[in-house]
Amino acid sequence: MNLMETIIRIENLIFEYKREEEQEVVRAIDNVSLEIPRGSFTAIIGRNGSGKSTLAKNLNALLLPTSGEIWIDGYNTRDPESLWQVRQRAGMVFQNPDNQLVSSIVEDDVAFGPENLAIPPDEIRIRVDESLKAVGMYEERKKAPHLLSGGQKQRIAIAGVVAMKPQCIILDEPTAMLDPRGRDEVMAIMKKLHQEGITILLITHFMEEAAQAERVIIMDQGRICMDGTPEEIFARSREIRELSLDVPLPVELAEGLRENGIPVPRSIITTEEMVDYLCQLK
Amino acid sequence: MIRDITLGQYYPGESWIHKLDPRTKIIGTFVFLVALFLVKDFWGFLVAVAGLALVIGISRVPLSFILKGLKPVFLIILFTFVINMFMTKGETLVGWGFLVITREGLYNAFFMGVRLVLLIIGSSLLTLTTKPIKLTDGIENLLGPLKKIGVPAHELAMMMTIALRFIPTLLEETDKIMKAQMARGADFESGNLLKRAKSLVPLLIPLFISAFRIAQDLAMAMEARCYNGGENRTRMNAMRYSRRDFLAAGAMIFFVVLIVMERNLI
Repeated sequence: MNLMETIIRIENLIFEYKREEEQEVVRAIDNVSLEIPRGSFTAIIGRNGSGKSTLAKNLNALLLPTSGEIWIDGYNTRDPESLWQVRQRAGMVFQNPDNQLVSSIVEDDVAFGPENLAIPPDEIRIRVDESLKAVGMYEERKKAPHLLSGGQKQRIAIAGVVAMKPQCIILDEPTAMLDPRGRDEVMAIMKKLHQEGITILLITHFMEEAAQAERVIIMDQGRICMDGTPEEIFARSREIRELSLDVPLPVELAEGLRENGIPVPRSIITTEEMVDYLCQLK
Repeated sequence: MIRDITLGQYYPGESWIHKLDPRTKIIGTFVFLVALFLVKDFWGFLVAVAGLALVIGISRVPLSFILKGLKPVFLIILFTFVINMFMTKGETLVGWGFLVITREGLYNAFFMGVRLVLLIIGSSLLTLTTKPIKLTDGIENLLGPLKKIGVPAHELAMMMTIALRFIPTLLEETDKIMKAQMARGADFESGNLLKRAKSLVPLLIPLFISAFRIAQDLAMAMEARCYNGGENRTRMNAMRYSRRDFLAAGAMIFFVVLIVMERNLI
């Protein structure tokens, strides 16, 4: 196993929920194997109940596999000894911006993670300031989270994870509860952190967001059913629709244009690329 | 809007009192409260009032703002006053049948009334000049030594921190549930007190459920950020006593000495 190349390695992961009342076992993840290279930007898409959130929680050792193994930067999530290493290396941002902030002062909340890691106070101060600047929330550091917008709260949650200096950030539908502006803000921060060398694993059901990643994985019924670059994936729009998922609007538009005789290249999948292409057209 | 409400009764300011270490203020308040019980006569109260006036003056919290805090406890003060006035035996001043006002009663009534008012103002100054979150930090630190005998100081402080953080969130949630139920014809405003209280029951159940859901989410988020209880934890803003705190401590000792001297000498 090459530690330098692969940051997340999942081998034959199976995860089952047990429902107490009905004595029924629900298999949320069904034999998934996956490798995430260091420094990559991967998006995982799927419908509700496709197992994508369960997968995210397994990566942070919030849930432990029913069978199979997960390694984060060489640490097995099953090993209680390395639990804190796993959680420090693979930071996690959740869906609900309100329910993941601990303190009533922004900067105290960002300090929460480093405080748990027993970092010396001076070092925490530096990390908190750096992380807040990285997400553009430094000016708001003394404010109370409940007075900020959803997008701003989510940026603080990201800063809280960044302050722990993770190698990898897993975002579990971070934009699902945000307005379009908040979504753009959070998306921009993710791209910025990716450029700074942090591995990003984005779990989402917005195709437009997935189109901006380097690699797209589509999950359905606990299995990986497609895996490739956004261009490769969205070229298979019929299969995507069969999984009752949407294709991004630019891809849909491109298909329509192609049917009407305008040869739009298949590489066009984001709105910006589409706008650029259409503007050149005469 | 419900989200604009202020929490507690903190009066924002940059005064000398505001900047004191929360621990100094907590201990100081405690000492002041104990000192009030050492006082035997009105001369002692004069010393206490002078001390309190000095602190209020430095803190620049308007007196009207402080007196507003007395309003909710006004009934208790009145009750104490009346009970003392009628129930103390001694030299009769006025009497209607079994209701007798005695000289001692009147003295006691005023004495207890003044003591109660001073107690309340003294303790409210602490919350008026200290942010709730600082207060929490101070309490955690002061209770620290008791950890050895099993007092969960860190856990208590963490609970208070989280409670403070989630009061606005739960208020918003209440607002949302209330509006949703009003949209479906629920009536929270008419009827007598009992009826209105009853109409709140359908509000409480969804509120409890969402509180549990929030707690679950939060617990997971805290775990994901390596929270492992109070063991091996550092703090970003370590509290440090400054020169200001030693001065305040000196003033406090001077105050106690005055009170004790007054008690024994006069």
